[in-house]
Amino acid sequence: MLGIGEIGVIDSFEDEELSLKFLEMGCLPGETIELERIAPMGDPIAIRVGKSSLCMRKAEAAGITVKFVENGR
Amino acid sequence: MNAHQTNTSKQGNNGKLKIALAGNPNSGKTTLFNALTGLNQQVGNFPGVTVEKKSGSTTLKGGDRQSIKVELTDLPGAYSIYPKSLDERVQCDILVNTTHDDHPDLVIYVADASNLKRSLFLCTQLIDLGLPLVLVLNMMDLVEKEGDNIDHQELEKELGVPVILMSARSSMGLDELKTKMLGEIGQSQKRFIDEAEIETPVIRKIQKIENVGVYQAFQLASNYALLSDERVKAEIEKIVDESRFNALQYQRQETLARYKKINLLLTHILRHGPEGQTKLTQKLDNILTHKVWGFAIFLGVLFMVFQAIFSWSEYPMMLLEEFFVILSTKLKSILPEGVLADLLVDGVLAGLSGILVFIPQIALLFFFIAILEDTGYMARVSFIMDKMMRKVGLNGRSVIPLVSGVACAVPAIMSARTISNWKERIITIMVTPLMSCSARLPVYTLLISLAVPSKTVLGFLNLQGIVMMGLYLIGFLAAIGAALVLKWIIKARERSYFIMELPVYRAPRWSSIGLTITEKVKLFVFEAGKVIIAVSIVLWVFSSYGPSSKMQAIEDKYSTEQAAAQYTPEEIDSRIASEKLEASYAGLFGKAIEPVIRPLGFDWKIGIALFTSFAAREVFVGTMATIYSAGNEENTTSIREKMRAEINPGTGEKQYNLAVVFSLMIFYAFAMQCMSTLAIVFAETKSWKWPLVQFTYMSALAYLSSLIVYQVLS
Repeated sequence: MLGIGEIGVIDSFEDEELSLKFLEMGCLPGETIELERIAPMGDPIAIRVGKSSLCMRKAEAAGITVKFVENGR
Repeated sequence: MNAHQTNTSKQGNNGKLKIALAGNPNSGKTTLFNALTGLNQQVGNFPGVTVEKKSGSTTLKGGDRQSIKVELTDLPGAYSIYPKSLDERVQCDILVNTTHDDHPDLVIYVADASNLKRSLFLCTQLIDLGLPLVLVLNMMDLVEKEGDNIDHQELEKELGVPVILMSARSSMGLDELKTKMLGEIGQSQKRFIDEAEIETPVIRKIQKIENVGVYQAFQLASNYALLSDERVKAEIEKIVDESRFNALQYQRQETLARYKKINLLLTHILRHGPEGQTKLTQKLDNILTHKVWGFAIFLGVLFMVFQAIFSWSEYPMMLLEEFFVILSTKLKSILPEGVLADLLVDGVLAGLSGILVFIPQIALLFFFIAILEDTGYMARVSFIMDKMMRKVGLNGRSVIPLVSGVACAVPAIMSARTISNWKERIITIMVTPLMSCSARLPVYTLLISLAVPSKTVLGFLNLQGIVMMGLYLIGFLAAIGAALVLKWIIKARERSYFIMELPVYRAPRWSSIGLTITEKVKLFVFEAGKVIIAVSIVLWVFSSYGPSSKMQAIEDKYSTEQAAAQYTPEEIDSRIASEKLEASYAGLFGKAIEPVIRPLGFDWKIGIALFTSFAAREVFVGTMATIYSAGNEENTTSIREKMRAEINPGTGEKQYNLAVVFSLMIFYAFAMQCMSTLAIVFAETKSWKWPLVQFTYMSALAYLSSLIVYQVLS
C-alpha cells in the first residue's frame, strides 16, 4: 500500500469484478499512480492516474497490485 | 450497411432525425446541449448528474438539405459502453440496441480534451459500433492553459470522423458543429480497433445469424440481456450459453487492446507542455477534504445556506404578502358581491397567495444547490462523507440525493440512480423524503412565525433561523436513523463500491444556474399551483356549504331579536361565519378525524389541512388561508395574523401555542404527505411494495413523534 504522495506503477488486478471498472477509468497496467489524499475518516482515498483524480474505498484499492514504489515528493 | 443499421425505426415515428450527445461525466455535454437547443436543464459538475433522458429540438442548416429540424437527446455520462449502473445502462441500451426508439442517426461525442486518453476510450467504442459520429474536443481553453497541443487534423484522419474544437463555456465552434453534423448522417466509417483481436468463433456465429459487424456482434454477446427484441435475445443467449462466453474476460481484453491503440495514437497527436495547472484544485482539496476543516466547512456551508434562505427572503416575502392582502381587498371591492367573488377571493386567491409568497425562498434554495453541484464541491462532500454514510447502509453518493431532498424529493430520488448498489440505492430512496423539502418550508415558516419570536441571539443569529435549521437537522437525523434500521432489514444483493472521479473545480456557470432556478421555480409554481388551485376550490366549496338544515339553523339562531340585542352586527356576522364553517362538510370531516389527532394537539381545522396536504405539503398554508377566510369576512389581515389570533374554545388560550406548533412541525417533518414522491418511488423501484413501506413507516414515525412532543410540551 502506498503512503500519501507515493508513486507506484500498476501491475495487475486481484479483484476480478472491479478490474474492468478500473481499466475503463484509465487505471491500466504500467500506468503510474500517486496516492493523492485520504478522506478525513481514513477512508476512502483519492489517487491520481494520468489527468484525473479518482476516489475509491480502501477495500477497492486493495484490488490493485502496485509493482514498484518510489517517493514522489 | 447491414440489416441492423438500416432498420425502419431509425427515423422514428415522426420522421425527425435523431441525434444523441454522448461522453464521459463532466465533459460538458449538458452545457453543449443547452447551447444547441436553448432548452433549460440542470447542468452539474458531479459525475452522473444527468440521470434522466433529456430531449430538445434544434434546426440545422445544411447546403442542399436546407434547414432540417432534428431531435437531440442528452445521454447520461458514462466511461464505457459496458454498463455498471442504471444510468449507464440507459446509454448502452440506446446506443447498442439498433431497434431502440431513441437509437440515434448521429452521435455528437463530447470529449474532455484535457483528459483525451480516457475520453477517446468510449468514443472509439462508439465508432466501432458503426454509429455516425462527430467528435467535439471540449474544454480547449483548459488544454491551452496547460500548454498542451493537440493535432486535431491528424486525429480527424486517424479516427475518420470530423473533429471540432470547442470550449463549451464560450460559443466557439458551435456553428462549425451545426454545419458538419448533417454531412455525417448515414456515413459509413472506419473501425478503430483491430477486429481480428476480438474476433472469436462465438462472434463469428452471432455475426452470421444477426448480419452485423464484428464489434456489434461482440456487444450483442456482452449485452444481449438488455435487448428488447425477444427473438434476437433468445438466439444470442443460446449461442453465448453453448460456448461459455465469458463476457467479463472479453471486455477486459478489449479494454486493454483499445487503450493500447489509443496510447499509440496519442504519441503522435498530443504534445505535452510544461507541468499542468491542476494545482489549484489540489490546494483547494487540501482544505476542503481536510480532517477538521473539511467537515467544518461542509457544516458551515449548510448553515450559511439556511441562514441566507431565511434572512434574505424575509423582505421580498413580506412585500408579496402585503401585495396579496391589498389585491384581495381590492378584488372584493371591485367584484359584485356573491358566490363568484367569494370563490375567487376566498378560494382561489387565498390558496394561491399562500404559496406564491414562498417563491423567494425556493429560488434561493435551488440557487445554492446548483452552485454546490456546478463547482464540483458536491463530489468532495461525497468523498468525505462516504465512510460515515456506509456505516448506516448508505453510500457517499447518497449525499447528493439527501442534500437535493432539501429542494424536492422527486428529483432527489431520481438522482439516486447513480448509486450502482441495489441495497444502498433502495435505502437512499426510502429515507430521502425525511429530508425537509422545499414544500415543507412554507409550512415551517408559517408555524415558526406563530410560536418563535424573531430576535437576534449571540449577536448575529436569527432565532427563527435556528429553529428552522433544527427542523432540517431533525429530518436528517431521522433519515440516518431510518437508514440504520433498513440496513439490518434489507438483504444485500451485490457488493457495494465507490469509485468515482473528483472533477476539477470550476467557477459556476451563472447563466446555466439562472436557467436552473427559473425552471425549478416555474415547475414549482405551475405544478404545485395547479394542485393548489384545484384543492382550494374544492375546499372552498366544502367549507362554504354543508347540510342545509344545519346551515339554516345557524341563520335562524342569529336572526332572532334576542341575538340582535346581545351582539353587535359585526359580532353576529363573525359568529355565523365560524359556526357555519364548523357545520360545513369540511368541518364535519375534520370533526370526524378529530378523535384520532386530538392526542397530538390538533383540532378539526388542522385535520382538514392534514388531509388536503396529501396532494402537496405546501397546500397546508393554502388550506389554512381558505379555512380562515371562509370563517372571517374581513380579508385585510394575513393568514399569519389570523392564526395567531385564533383562540382555543376549550381552554380560552391561544390555539397555536408552543406545544401545538411544535407537534405540528414534527408531524410535517416526518409524515409522508406527497403523492408525487410515492409515484416516483413506484416508478424507480418498479414495485408498490416500497412506496407502501415508505408511507407506513413515515406515517407511524410522524404520529408517534408528534404525540410525544405534544404530551411533553403541553
